[in-house]
Amino acid sequence: MSATSQGRTPAAVSDKPEDSTSPVRRRRRRLRTMTTRDRIVVALLLGIPLLLDLAFVWFPAIGTVLLSFTKWNGVGSLHEKTCQPNMPSILNNGCWYGVQNYHQAATIYPEFWPAVRHNVIWLAVFVVIATPLGMLFAVLLDRGLRGTRIYQSLLFLPVMLSLALIGIIWEFIYSQNYGLINTVIGRNGNSNAIDWLGNPHLNLWAVLVEATWRQAGYVMILYLAGLKAVDPTLREAALMDGANPWQTFWRVIFPVMKPINIVIMVVTVIESLRAFDLVYITNKGINGLELLSVLVTSNIVGETQRVGFGSALGVVLLVISLVPISIFLYQTFRREDTP
Amino acid sequence: MSSETLSRPRTESPRVGGPGAKPKLRGQIASQAFLIIASVLWILPILFALYVALRPYSDTSKYGYVSLPHHLTLQNFKDAWTQSDMLHFFWNSVLITVPAVVIVLALAAGVAFVLVRVNVKINVALLIIFTAGNLLPQQVIITPLYRIYLKITLPHFLSDSGLMYNSIFGLIVINVSFQLGFCVFVLSNYMKSIPGEMYEAALVDGASLWTRFWRLTVPLCRPALAALATLLTTWIYNDFFWAITLMSSGDKRPVTSALANLQGQFVSNQNLIAAAAMIAAVPTLVVYLCLQRQFIAGLSLGSSKG
Repeated sequence: MSATSQGRTPAAVSDKPEDSTSPVRRRRRRLRTMTTRDRIVVALLLGIPLLLDLAFVWFPAIGTVLLSFTKWNGVGSLHEKTCQPNMPSILNNGCWYGVQNYHQAATIYPEFWPAVRHNVIWLAVFVVIATPLGMLFAVLLDRGLRGTRIYQSLLFLPVMLSLALIGIIWEFIYSQNYGLINTVIGRNGNSNAIDWLGNPHLNLWAVLVEATWRQAGYVMILYLAGLKAVDPTLREAALMDGANPWQTFWRVIFPVMKPINIVIMVVTVIESLRAFDLVYITNKGINGLELLSVLVTSNIVGETQRVGFGSALGVVLLVISLVPISIFLYQTFRREDTP
Repeated sequence: MSSETLSRPRTESPRVGGPGAKPKLRGQIASQAFLIIASVLWILPILFALYVALRPYSDTSKYGYVSLPHHLTLQNFKDAWTQSDMLHFFWNSVLITVPAVVIVLALAAGVAFVLVRVNVKINVALLIIFTAGNLLPQQVIITPLYRIYLKITLPHFLSDSGLMYNSIFGLIVINVSFQLGFCVFVLSNYMKSIPGEMYEAALVDGASLWTRFWRLTVPLCRPALAALATLLTTWIYNDFFWAITLMSSGDKRPVTSALANLQGQFVSNQNLIAAAAMIAAVPTLVVYLCLQRQFIAGLSLGSSKG
């Protein structure tokens, strides 16, 4: 799209600038190669996906921010008038509400702070347990021990399953009356049976075991792919210099894997913000399993639709997620701006 | 943990003399033991669910779930399949997943090609827009998206409700839009690794932009496309969130989100739930078993060029 609007756009190949040919000459040569048909092709190849991405991802993302300042139950239309205090909510609909949604969320909405806390715990468990565990799996598998392929297949298996399915499978492990754990520890079917998924002090941790079970395999496969791509001569050189495996990993391998490390950091944070399916399939995300993602959803698809309020919760999620997203984008695209 | 280790000054020279044979062997045994224990723990929940699914309800209600089998039967699978109309839900999954994967790969390849090989002045900015879009949590966009889906009307052959909401078409659109960013990112990284000389040669031969894309770039990207197809098929098939938020009626939902309903339907018979869950897992497991090698090769190819 943008290519056609600029008549003199050079169709330079975005090669690394270290290349021997001078960029000016390069560009001039390309200039002749863009025919009208080429421009139409560029416009279509770029335009259609861009339109989809803007319409169904970015427009709603901005919409969430705007709607979060309104009070709306989804019926009727939105208008610019400010909401009147002390009016029945039926008359106070689709109006400008300022930061009232945020204020209410932080002060009188009982699920808000538990949800924030649960999201923070979720992230902490991913950072401290799931991700290092996955990295450890990868490093061990990369040593080429006997049976590596089998271990890898087994450890990666949960990643293939949907989170909804994982929630169902683990209910047989956790069930109060017939579950594997309670039966093995002899506490099933009697008065001191542990309600792993029902007890609000326990269920978050129980679900986090399920989440870790899957996340570690995911991190493992990403990391293993990175390890395999490391130039083997690096390792040999380190070995020649007398470095032990521990030193070789932390001093030689880990630093050259910076791109994959950043990817894993982003995956870890984003996945813990997105966490939804597991708690939803377990108990619809109530009673100890509240998460911000669940609160957003229950305010728009529930019986009572509070579009503005749900959006405000979505904005909270957006603001937090922008931190890892920005770090990732900065690290990834910095090189391309300043070669 | 990792950053702390990294930031340590690297002045001290590595120890001289490699590790002896004995500690090496001990290390291998410890690694083996750890991996065996982890693998057993990892497979255990799945095997247990499978075990529950294989036992008749009468058996488990009498002896408990953690007991030796007195009978093993496939009857639960048969019952779960027929009583819950799973074929119908599988078909819904196919109708959503197959078009979505094909469309998203076609679109993403085009975008990635343009962003890598054509200077449109704002290449990096566009790449950032696509990449960042995929990283947003779905819940950030769901509220307006839900309203949008209720507003957009579709012709009857695309949606019998006449709306984007509650239609297969709507789910394809959101899956495509949402996954685009990831595919554009991976494919653009992959395409950057194709040597520029190949394009110079193509230009000398007078190849048009479309030819350079379709005849040169796409075939060279086959490994990456195959890896992405595997990932996307799994992800879209496994999608739960879009289907339960953007579809109201249970009978249009794909199999993954329909599981939630099945759980309610079979609440009195856990064995049937286990069987239904195992059936729903089959497609992703088939993908994994058949494409595992390609899957991992593709990932490593992509990540090394990042």
